[in-house]
Amino acid sequence: MSGDPYRPRRVLVTGIGTYWGSRVARALEADPEVEVIVGLGVDPPEVELERTEYVRADASYSILARLIDATRIDTVVHTHLVVDASQMPARAVHEINVIGTMNLLAAVSAPDSAVRNLVVKSSTIVYGCSSGDPTWFREDTPPTRPPTTRIQRSLTEVEGYVRDFVVDNPHVNLTLLRFCKVLGEGLETPLTRALRLPLVPHLAGFDPRFQFVHSDDVVRAMLFALERHLSGVYNVAGDGVVPWSEVAAICGKRTVPLTPYGTALAARLMRPVGIDLPDEILELMRYGRGVDNRLLTAEGFEYRYTTAGAIDAFARALRLERTVGNARPVYRYQRDVETFFRHSPAVIRDPEPT
Amino acid sequence: MTTGGRARDDEARTGKEFVRTGEEIATTPSPPGHALEHLPASRPDATDQDAHRLGDVDEWGRSERWREVARRAYDPIYRRWFRVEWEGLERIPTEGGALLISNHAAAIPSDAPVIMHGIETELDRPVYGLADHMFRDLPVIGTLWSRMGGVVGHPDNAYRLLREQHQLVLTFPEGEKGPAKTYRERYQLRRFGRGGFVEIAMRAGVPVVPIAVVGAEESMPIVARSISAGRALGLPYLPLTANHLLLGPLLGTVAYLPAKFRIRVLDPIRFDVPPDQDRYSRSRIVEEAEGVRQRIQDELHLMLADRRSVWFG
Repeated sequence: MSGDPYRPRRVLVTGIGTYWGSRVARALEADPEVEVIVGLGVDPPEVELERTEYVRADASYSILARLIDATRIDTVVHTHLVVDASQMPARAVHEINVIGTMNLLAAVSAPDSAVRNLVVKSSTIVYGCSSGDPTWFREDTPPTRPPTTRIQRSLTEVEGYVRDFVVDNPHVNLTLLRFCKVLGEGLETPLTRALRLPLVPHLAGFDPRFQFVHSDDVVRAMLFALERHLSGVYNVAGDGVVPWSEVAAICGKRTVPLTPYGTALAARLMRPVGIDLPDEILELMRYGRGVDNRLLTAEGFEYRYTTAGAIDAFARALRLERTVGNARPVYRYQRDVETFFRHSPAVIRDPEPT
Repeated sequence: MTTGGRARDDEARTGKEFVRTGEEIATTPSPPGHALEHLPASRPDATDQDAHRLGDVDEWGRSERWREVARRAYDPIYRRWFRVEWEGLERIPTEGGALLISNHAAAIPSDAPVIMHGIETELDRPVYGLADHMFRDLPVIGTLWSRMGGVVGHPDNAYRLLREQHQLVLTFPEGEKGPAKTYRERYQLRRFGRGGFVEIAMRAGVPVVPIAVVGAEESMPIVARSISAGRALGLPYLPLTANHLLLGPLLGTVAYLPAKFRIRVLDPIRFDVPPDQDRYSRSRIVEEAEGVRQRIQDELHLMLADRRSVWFG
């Protein structure tokens, strides 16, 4: 494959300090054809990385153009999009998602940029969630209503920039992946927090269909997009849908009803006691959402987990945790130590992974 | 941005057994695979959607277990109260997709459950009912509606059910205008929407099976109705029914009058057009929709002329 101009060799991963950035970087490290991995982020990596270079940057990536120019990056994996509104204030979400992506795309399309591949990790949140929705959203199904939540608005704006970018830069191969709700080891989202509660909240009288994808499949899908040079929009979601009550049941939990009227107010009252259900999740608990994943499977992608499989894996992790607690070692990034391991001639490195 | 449209659906449907042609294999670079190696090997349950499931709610929200319970509870109403009689049930296909079209009536429509129950018990095939998404906004009712086989009337849903899953789909093209009719306007079919059902049947390549129902109109006749009061409550209309006058506001809302039901299935209509086209002639659609409406209307007139009594048929 030496003659393939689109083969990723020098890769930049955004959001290296986030769950996804770190894991994508770790997966890329296993590929010997990838020569350079640069991780850009506000926070240091979450997992141990062997050869990824960590560059600290502010959330809007002002240094990006220089970085891309200096390192001759040919591939950018943009994982740093916030899809969970409960993490931070709206202002910060806007700054990271919209302004960050805008600067990233500007840097990538600079005249002397060597970038040929771009993978963007978006979310099925862009389809929205309302009673008139089709049971399955295809990649080209428009949302039923204009965006209702901040996150949806923000991601819709991001996708707008991405669309313009594709028109302006036909020489760059762009894959926009829309992921549904993720379950996986070490991943904390409003839904996993809800499923960890002794009683899982549900909206009284509603039992909508939920679709999940396992975190392994998320990382695999991003690498798959790079390896197969996919271009265009793809949904990434496990096969099948499961009603919320059954999700709780698979996790071995009972449910507690929330009022179906004035839900937003009730949710706000629960926030001080540590139960945070953002608007986007409340919508999902009312109407649910299913996306058609067949475009990606038709390209040859094989999921390792179905929706129910991902829930089951999560339930197993919950049961294990109940017995042994959170005993797994937590990785802490220490710059000096990492620099030593990466650059010191004293460290004996394996010649090539086989 | 390119996304696979409908043309792609057929091959995408068989995602798991999707076979690439020789040419595609030649042009697709072989994956190096190194990057994926640290991830767990393929799991036996990776493709079985039913593994780990506890319930039987399908992708549409329908549950055969719930349906079975409902059928058992509803059967006495169907047999003893409405004393439903079918004619031409053999015209409904026993396999393959078909779009069932019927007239719609009664303040809270009694025709949908009767038709669905009849076909499911007689033909042993599930029926999915396409309806307004208003149901999904109502707690409890929305969930029950969905478990019973109710699906949002979205063209994509109809296509997937009919074309890809070869199911029976029931819909009422009059929409809410059908049940909103007052007693005086009974059995006078409303406009059949904009003929969307014809377009769906054409695209899905399935026949339209018209069904004429007599009896539903008298099971809960509307004496007066208020559109604006209904809207304020999130309903399409607020009816005052004969049932309310006879049985009071509570019982009258849930209890039907024992009108005799006669249901006649008409000859299936096949549109002689290729499926999966991007668009179909608008004038043809409107014309065919009006044709179906007229056939049901004519049949209703025949059936009403034969009917001696509202209660005994």
